[in-house]
Amino acid sequence: MKLRLTKIAIFLAALVPLGRLVWKALHDGLGANPIEVITHSTGDWTLILILTTLSITPLRRITRQYWLIGVRRMIGLFAFFYGTLHFLTYIWLDKFFDVHEMMKDIAKRRFITVGFSAFVLLIPLALTSTAWSIRRLGGKNWQRLHRLIYLTGILAVVHYTWLVKADLRKPIEYGVVLGILLLYRVGVWFSEKASEKSKPPAIPTPARNPL
Amino acid sequence: MLIKKPAAIPSSEITPKTTCLNRRNFLTGAAIAGAASVTGIAFRDLAVPALTAYANTKIDGLQKSPFSTTEKETPYKDVTNYNNFYEFSTDKYEPAGLAKNFKTRPWTVTIDGDVKKKQVLDVDAIIKMAAPEERIYRHRCVEGWSIVVPWIGFSLSELIKRADPLPKAKFVEFTTLYDPQQMPGQRTGVLQWPYVEGLRMDEAMHPLALLCFGMYGEVLPNQDGAPLRIVIPWKYGFKSAKSIVRIRFTGSQPLNTWQQQAPNEYGFYSNVNPNVDHPRWSQAKERRLGEFFKRPTLMFNGYDQVASLYSGMDLKKNF
Repeated sequence: MKLRLTKIAIFLAALVPLGRLVWKALHDGLGANPIEVITHSTGDWTLILILTTLSITPLRRITRQYWLIGVRRMIGLFAFFYGTLHFLTYIWLDKFFDVHEMMKDIAKRRFITVGFSAFVLLIPLALTSTAWSIRRLGGKNWQRLHRLIYLTGILAVVHYTWLVKADLRKPIEYGVVLGILLLYRVGVWFSEKASEKSKPPAIPTPARNPL
Repeated sequence: MLIKKPAAIPSSEITPKTTCLNRRNFLTGAAIAGAASVTGIAFRDLAVPALTAYANTKIDGLQKSPFSTTEKETPYKDVTNYNNFYEFSTDKYEPAGLAKNFKTRPWTVTIDGDVKKKQVLDVDAIIKMAAPEERIYRHRCVEGWSIVVPWIGFSLSELIKRADPLPKAKFVEFTTLYDPQQMPGQRTGVLQWPYVEGLRMDEAMHPLALLCFGMYGEVLPNQDGAPLRIVIPWKYGFKSAKSIVRIRFTGSQPLNTWQQQAPNEYGFYSNVNPNVDHPRWSQAKERRLGEFFKRPTLMFNGYDQVASLYSGMDLKKNF
């Protein structure tokens, strides 16, 4: 029940950035260069939501609030949703569906190359986000596949870093947060390695939720 | 922080169950509150019109110019609320507000370097040097957007002739005010301050090169480079230095700020050129503010009369 409420709250909150863009677009509030605002805003929110999904595991372990896992899929899907909007603004409002132009761009411009890769890597994760997929793939495989999110996160930050003209402050902020979240996993991985060595494997470890 | 395996000590063993549930309540509450506050913040600026517009002094006796384009002028509110003016902020929507109290008087411009007579001129003396003209120019930013602006000023050559440079002066260097007190962007290391731009002497003497102190019939708004700037319509916008305090004549090519920042991306010439891409994006097209579709970018931003300045030069090399 609580989880349901929380999920509804998060669902509504995750729609706010989009609602805001739509509201502003309808009220002449997007400023002199609306398409640029839409592109930047959807890109920002994709990155914020990716970082949010990556913070669920550390957060639930540190606070021991294991139910938090219940909201992760939705946040991940919203990251994909905003990533799709971001990609759509690019291919529609920037390239006007000129696929040839787009391919040239992807091949030639490294910030587009990494941004596009980051987006493509999100697709299998979105497709396998159902409970059925987890069963089908098996927890271990599913977990392995979903580690792609680490790569997406890195590529997304690189994409942002490579596109700014001079002011690197925002991409660096995102990079620092991502770095902390990834280092946490490295730390956990090492500590588990160490404890596996010191302890005899007496009880079979219960299936743990993925990192 | 390294956390032990959750299986090792179930938290319910050490924490009474009720406390545990309370904590869960708290976190649920916190999540909802967090979501609500995000919503609140997001909606806060929906109601407030972010545009800054204030009346400026009219400039009388404007002469029309044969250099003016007949293209549709970009709305005043866009040209005054969408500014690349890193001295105030790297966010294009912020200079309008941050430059509101910028002091443009008293203002002097130092003329030095290779000139007969080094001098410090009051900006109002400079403005009176020649009759003000309205020049409606296309303005193309290196980022890929463009505007059409009715600037006010006169040819930069009018000032240069009066400054009387020595024959050895081959370049002109323009320096923007350095005043971190008034210009918050200068308190960051985003660029090397003060901002410096430069032109070759023949470029600076070209009649299209404008010494500018107004736009849309009025005195230049602060966020657009008041009180005195240059406008070089066939070059990317960053070449058109704003809020100028020093004009120096020199025999060697000045190192302009953006070239210093990223020499592989921004050159000294920076002529608008659809055939030479920025290393990270194409320059073939541009988005005119207010238009949905992109339009092709024109060589020299459509100012073909400057082509002779660069005859025989490899513009791919001299980008």
